[in-house]
Amino acid sequence: MDCKLDKIFYGNFLAVRDSHVPIEKNKITGFIGPSGCGKSTVLRSLNRMNDLVKGFRFEGHVHFLGQDVYGKGVDPVVVRRYIGMVFQQPNPFSMSIFDNVAFGLRLNRYKGDIGDRVKHALQGAALWDEVKDKLKVSGLSLSGGQQQRLCIARAIATEPEVLLLDEPCSALDPIATRRVEELMVELKKDYTIALVTHNMQQAIRVADTTAFFSVDISQGTRTGYLVEMGPTTQIFDNPREQMTSDYITGKFS
Amino acid sequence: MNTPFVVPVNPDSACQPPSAKDFLVDRTFRALSRIGVVLILALVFALVFEVGRKALPGMEKHGFDVIFGSVWDVNQGKYGILPAIWGTLYSALIALLIAGVFGVSMAIFLTQDFLPAKLAAVFRTIVELLAAIPSVVYGLWGIYVVIPAIRPLTAWLNSELGWIPFFSTSLSGPGLLPAALVLAIMILPTIAAVSQDALTAVPMKTKQAAYGMGTTHWEAILKVMVPSAATGIFGSLVLGLGRALGETMALAMLVGNANNISLSLFAPANTLAALLALNFPEAGPNEIEVLMYAALVLMFITLLVNVLGSMIMLYAQRGHK
Repeated sequence: MDCKLDKIFYGNFLAVRDSHVPIEKNKITGFIGPSGCGKSTVLRSLNRMNDLVKGFRFEGHVHFLGQDVYGKGVDPVVVRRYIGMVFQQPNPFSMSIFDNVAFGLRLNRYKGDIGDRVKHALQGAALWDEVKDKLKVSGLSLSGGQQQRLCIARAIATEPEVLLLDEPCSALDPIATRRVEELMVELKKDYTIALVTHNMQQAIRVADTTAFFSVDISQGTRTGYLVEMGPTTQIFDNPREQMTSDYITGKFS
Repeated sequence: MNTPFVVPVNPDSACQPPSAKDFLVDRTFRALSRIGVVLILALVFALVFEVGRKALPGMEKHGFDVIFGSVWDVNQGKYGILPAIWGTLYSALIALLIAGVFGVSMAIFLTQDFLPAKLAAVFRTIVELLAAIPSVVYGLWGIYVVIPAIRPLTAWLNSELGWIPFFSTSLSGPGLLPAALVLAIMILPTIAAVSQDALTAVPMKTKQAAYGMGTTHWEAILKVMVPSAATGIFGSLVLGLGRALGETMALAMLVGNANNISLSLFAPANTLAALLALNFPEAGPNEIEVLMYAALVLMFITLLVNVLGSMIMLYAQRGHK
């Protein structure tokens, strides 16, 4: 998957410019940077979630499975079937745990054994042992960390090609965070993952490649752009740009 | 149209694009909702057009004399609806004042943890039942209960405080006050119900934030909950006012039907809706033209109130952002 974007607008506001973010298969690509640098915006552009925002305009292209996600005649609904997403706040549906996970399968008219897939997805999300006896209980009754793992299970049940994770651990405690991180590393065998995180330690722990974004305020507005991107070890140990090294050593935010 | 991603790299993937049928259902749904919108718009336009068409001869003949005239005498060919316009606005505003105070208080009382949840639900249902009572029943109740009940008070106010314009005449039966009181009860359920919805829609975390800052119960309600729900509460008032302007039957029975412009709450008055209801059955062709004209004026007033209300709400919302 290769994202090469020139400009993203919200109305007249230039939110992100000139960022080339290749996302490699079976790797975790981490997006880091200060608030307002557009990392979430870029992530949400990958499966056209930003189409839901009024005034959103994308210039550039996102290559995925040999097609441009923003190509003519491509239906965003189809794109989102192949590129799953997990959000910052756990957002399970107000239905049973089982139905939450089965939602995508039913949506895709899955012909096989739904029960099997649900079990598999919950195991994949490291939640099965905790909920196997209460699959009929509402997903909203779970704790925050469990809810987030339920959302991951929901996203992976259909086995999409790519998983987009938008700060999936920001509402979780360190133990749940560690769980989800282990899960991400586990999942990258089968999936391609793009991860937005505020937590640099998290990027070091899980990301193979890291993209550092920053904000350009020179034009009077706040426009995000990609400063540099490379293997995580290189970005953190030997950054090319002064700005990156300032950010990761905490000299500015 | 839909070019699916044909290469499922992962053989286990259950992902597939929506089927042709799914797309068809989606498009049908979209088309149906669009048709619904168009039909409603068409209906509104047809209504305004038809009334306008029938009112046109009257407008040509009488011009603004109808709106600014205060005498309604069919035999002399004089048709003035100014007293009815006055009565419509006056009665609706008084009703709004009364129902607004009580309706919003009620909504606060029923949503802000003053009552056990079950009891609150019972009260809510009872208030909403008020909306199910037919207008004519309200009218009868007004004649046989409200008017006799308020008479002693109005007589006292008139004799002791008669120098205040609001109390300058005595209540001789039907009049503006009983009409406005009954009208207030009729629009109360609308205001209470919509305000309740607005108050319950305020997120729990907002409420917690208020208590977290150390507010008392009352301060949380007054400084945080009500301002957060202000747009919705204001909307309930606009809805209530709209209903009050157009209410017919109970008013025709209670307002006195006298073409009379007076500040006095106890004087008989008239409203546009009552005028229309009472005069249509026996109207000749000339009068019908004028009545259509009056109907158009009533529609215009209601429309104006709703548009103004929505504009204020939009403005307030923009202020929040």
